[in-house]
Amino acid sequence: MNRTLAFLPLLIAVVFGGFFLWGLNPDRDPNEVPSVLISQPAPEFGLEPIVGVDTPGLSRSDLVGTETAVVVNVFASWCVPCRAEHAVLTSLAERDGIRLFGINYKDKPDDAARWLAELGNPYARIGSDVSGRVGIEWGISGVPETFIVGTDGTVLYRYVGPVVGEVAVGKFREALVQAGALPREDL
Amino acid sequence: MTPEIGHFALALAFALALIQSIIPIVGANRGKLLWMHSARATSIGQLVLVGIAFGALMRSFVTSDFTVVNVASNSHSLKPMLYKIAGTWGSHEGSLLLWVLILTLFGAAVSLFGSNIPDSLKARTLAVQAWISTGFLSFMLFTSNPFTRVFPPPADGNDLNPLLQDVGLALHPPFLYLGYVGFSIVFSFAVAALLEGKVDAAWARWVRPWTLTAWMCLTAGIVLGSWWAYYELGWGGWWFWDPVENVSFMPWLLGTALLHSAIVTEKRDAFKSWTILLAILTFSLSLLGTFVVRSGLLTSVHAFAVDPERGLYILFLLALSIGGSLALYAWRAPMMESGGIFKPISREAGLLINNLILVAATGTVLFGTLYPLFLEAVTGEKISVGAPFFNASFIPMMLPLVLFMGVGPFLSWKRADLAGVLQRVRYVALASVIAFLVIWYLQEGGPLLAHLSILLAIWLLFATLREWAMRIRLFDVPFSEALRRARNLPRASHGMTLAHAGLAVAMFGFIGSSAWKVEEVVFVAPGSTIEIAGFEVIFEGVERVRGPNYFADRGTLDVFRNGENITTLFPERRYYPIAESSTTESAIRSTLAGDLYASIAEPASKDAELSGAWTLRILYEPFVNFIWLGSTFLILGGALSLSDRRLRVGAPKRTRAIPSRTAPAE
Repeated sequence: MNRTLAFLPLLIAVVFGGFFLWGLNPDRDPNEVPSVLISQPAPEFGLEPIVGVDTPGLSRSDLVGTETAVVVNVFASWCVPCRAEHAVLTSLAERDGIRLFGINYKDKPDDAARWLAELGNPYARIGSDVSGRVGIEWGISGVPETFIVGTDGTVLYRYVGPVVGEVAVGKFREALVQAGALPREDL
Repeated sequence: MTPEIGHFALALAFALALIQSIIPIVGANRGKLLWMHSARATSIGQLVLVGIAFGALMRSFVTSDFTVVNVASNSHSLKPMLYKIAGTWGSHEGSLLLWVLILTLFGAAVSLFGSNIPDSLKARTLAVQAWISTGFLSFMLFTSNPFTRVFPPPADGNDLNPLLQDVGLALHPPFLYLGYVGFSIVFSFAVAALLEGKVDAAWARWVRPWTLTAWMCLTAGIVLGSWWAYYELGWGGWWFWDPVENVSFMPWLLGTALLHSAIVTEKRDAFKSWTILLAILTFSLSLLGTFVVRSGLLTSVHAFAVDPERGLYILFLLALSIGGSLALYAWRAPMMESGGIFKPISREAGLLINNLILVAATGTVLFGTLYPLFLEAVTGEKISVGAPFFNASFIPMMLPLVLFMGVGPFLSWKRADLAGVLQRVRYVALASVIAFLVIWYLQEGGPLLAHLSILLAIWLLFATLREWAMRIRLFDVPFSEALRRARNLPRASHGMTLAHAGLAVAMFGFIGSSAWKVEEVVFVAPGSTIEIAGFEVIFEGVERVRGPNYFADRGTLDVFRNGENITTLFPERRYYPIAESSTTESAIRSTLAGDLYASIAEPASKDAELSGAWTLRILYEPFVNFIWLGSTFLILGGALSLSDRRLRVGAPKRTRAIPSRTAPAE
């Protein structure tokens, strides 16, 4: 048997070992799969307002040329975590003056209107995505999901799941600071 | 007191493992018989001590001793007894203890039952086995002590993840580990052979029963896990190509290759360094699995609570064991001269093809599983590799294997008569095509690959049966004569037939349940009717029921076919208040033709809840039970082969086995 060939398995094992050693870095979180949209322009879309709600609709043009970065939140009245997240978003919009847009995902207009009437409406604009088509464009895996979009309409950040609890809110605010929507001292 | 006894027993086992790591192998090098025989006492001692530790942990679980951290975080006083016991191996620490228990079990079994193995080989093998147990016992004692106490003790436990509270899953880890860790002894045999510098037919024969045992248990473990996923997760799937599934599947694939290459080593004294390499790699993949599951390296639904420090320790053990054995291999393997020469058309060549395909398939699964890690390390990009990759790469690779599997057993050693073989399988091929056309006519539609796979599965089944019939000369001679021949045929030969046929049977299940599955997800209110695959299902409503440590919403579904009420299904959605999580208990009407599978989920919305509407997932999976049936054949085939006379009777002296045309194949 060839002598060099016999070394091949060892060599492969060593290469694998190197990758594993790298992979054990404690700062690395393999569960965090970022959106393919990050650093990409937000998808092209245009959504009508929710029937029965005064807030205007949302389209891609509303995301371009804004003064500061904006937050786009995908929510639905049937989603329980959205209810928990609602207070956090309201505080961001009202206390910190963040411009908050909403995409109402696969929701009945009546349900959405009742939900907003009950909990309050912190959204500057809401697009009604009854078919869920725009949700697909944004590549969401479920609701809620929250994006930060830069002044030129580029997606800067994506948060999957409710922004609830100290860790999640901290992470999200840090992202807002980096996007320039919040001053550093507000962290 | 009991946990301290367990802890102390572990420490003593560690001491014995250290002794066994050194004394027998030094004895073997110096020719001191007494030193070599010391491994017998130490290996049995290790088993007893680790057994005591395991028993102590189990007792803490059974008596719900919440002063033990491990019990407090994985058990609850109200949990049913079976799951209290199963909780012993439900956590990282407990499962590691089971891992080591099985490691010492195989060591002790070789001491006790390997009476035909020469002293020096046995001593070296047991020393290598002790190296592994030294590594893992130290890992447990230094980083993952299952007996750590907590003060003050909590009033009650956190409960075991409810998804894991299930009979299939209670049994899944022990079998999986018996297989996974069972390959450790084969690894030890291989390393011992490299140290001795001697591999021959006799060696292959001594190793065979252990390989078969590990392989059977691994098969059973994987099937139990798959069965659990099928009825517990509520998605109706049985394999998801999740990294943790893959890491259990890879040792199985390579172990299957090893099982076949070892035959060539045994019968023809060839493929020696290859068989050794497979033995090392099979266990290396088992170790890799242990590492992946416990280090948080990859995204998976199954991973244990992770800790980078533990990951580093296991990686260190991996580097020592895999790196060390492969370095030894690189040094020693070139010195092994290869035996028996064979022609391109021969059983050796057939088994070589089997090995090449299985190794390539293992490499593909390994690559797909680790690719996200590689990519992230090189480019920083994060992706996940899912079922589409594996289905597109693995399945087309396995199909040629099935084609060759049909012909392989017809080939004789050294040089086969291709024309003769083709003549024998001519009618088998014809019959397969006819049967395939009939099925195609009855079941139109579906992907082309599925039809092709069906054809190959039929071919494998027919060819396997034809080969068996040829051996006992069924229909050529009077029936009583054929029966006599069947009785005289080595059991290993029957085992091969059963296992190969089992794969064909399981293939029908794989194909039917993935290509012709019908699925409906609907919102239902009481009185709703759903029609699926010829069944009419009426949703009667949901009621709240109470279990020992959970509440459940139980749906009632009346199933009709042709206007006749054939069964009632009760899918449940369970909520475990202590663990704060929910599980889906699907309801299945099982027949050989297919399963009608139903599961319910939370009401679609608040309004829907008030009106009593639920989300109902209902599936029809044709032939799915053939998977479990075929897998049982595989395991029984292994058992039959294991009971072969030649493995029970002392192996012959180290002489070359004389090949003959009637040599059994397995």
